[in-house]
Amino acid sequence: MTTPHDAARFAHAAAGTPTTADTSRVVLVTGASGYLGRAIAAAVAAPGTYVVCHYRSDLAGAEKAVAAVEERGGTATLVQADLTDRDAPRALLEACPATPDVLVANAGTTADGLSMMMSDESFDLVVDANLSASFRCARAVLRPMLRARSGRIVFVGSVAGLLGNAGQANYSAAKAGLGGLARALAREVAARGITVNVVAPGVLDGGLAGAPATAAGIDTTVGLDALAAAIPARRRGRAEEVAAAVAFLAGPDASYITGATLAVDGGLSMGC
Amino acid sequence: MTDAEYLAGLAEIVNEITGISADAVTPDVRFTDDLDVDSLSMVEIALAAEEKFGVRIPDSDLVKLKTPGDAVAFIKQAGVPA
Repeated sequence: MTTPHDAARFAHAAAGTPTTADTSRVVLVTGASGYLGRAIAAAVAAPGTYVVCHYRSDLAGAEKAVAAVEERGGTATLVQADLTDRDAPRALLEACPATPDVLVANAGTTADGLSMMMSDESFDLVVDANLSASFRCARAVLRPMLRARSGRIVFVGSVAGLLGNAGQANYSAAKAGLGGLARALAREVAARGITVNVVAPGVLDGGLAGAPATAAGIDTTVGLDALAAAIPARRRGRAEEVAAAVAFLAGPDASYITGATLAVDGGLSMGC
Repeated sequence: MTDAEYLAGLAEIVNEITGISADAVTPDVRFTDDLDVDSLSMVEIALAAEEKFGVRIPDSDLVKLKTPGDAVAFIKQAGVPA
């Protein structure tokens, strides 16, 4: 007998896409279309791994993620959703051919600006898209993971959450929030073989750190440049370097790591 | 399915998830107060019962199921015809 969720899943599988051989490991990556998301999809890809690549609007980017997965012998599918939509997690789960083994909550956004001029909308949007959406995705995968008594959840945080970044009060708050969220979730499910961790990228050479400030007329790249000047490694990071850490925490070797925050930032936040 | 069969099925689930002996799962014993079943285990038990009996147990109903008797009654009335 099946639950309605199973029925949806089996209908998807019956539509002809994946075979059992392709789905020995199912990894769901949100924001797979972005600079870091594509690298994560590639890093977790392997023969026998099925990567569900979520995107909001960047279809071209998402297709690059799929191509990267397939190049590495994995199988991939796309799922479009706006994660601020309360129904999005259900759509993500329905795109999975079987219970997800891994959730990488990587999708995020910025809306930079000086705090004293930051609107409620800017603050709320960034917290919703980065923190609340990650919570909703995690909540959705926890049930099937609980039933399977196994799972990996990795939240993509940021050095901004550890150190704070001028012009990014909303982003810093949301990313710092992922740490508390990860630890609370980790405590709830640790005894069930499910780990929940945070990877905190530093200043990267592309993606959100490479994009100019979105707030009108306010140059917040000053904050980022100042941060970058303080990096002990004296260079920005590459997406692959962060993705490797995500892939490790998402894998079987990280079975005794939970509630941890792993900064991949060239030493920027060490000691925090 | 008879009440006794539902209860036996539920007892098997409780035993599998918590290690509590199936004999201890009687209609009027309380999950939390008497059997010491924590909230996460209750969710696991509900998920397993959903699969085994082909029903949906919404969270808002789960919190009201204090005893195995409550659970059996809920599962019976929620059951879809086979």
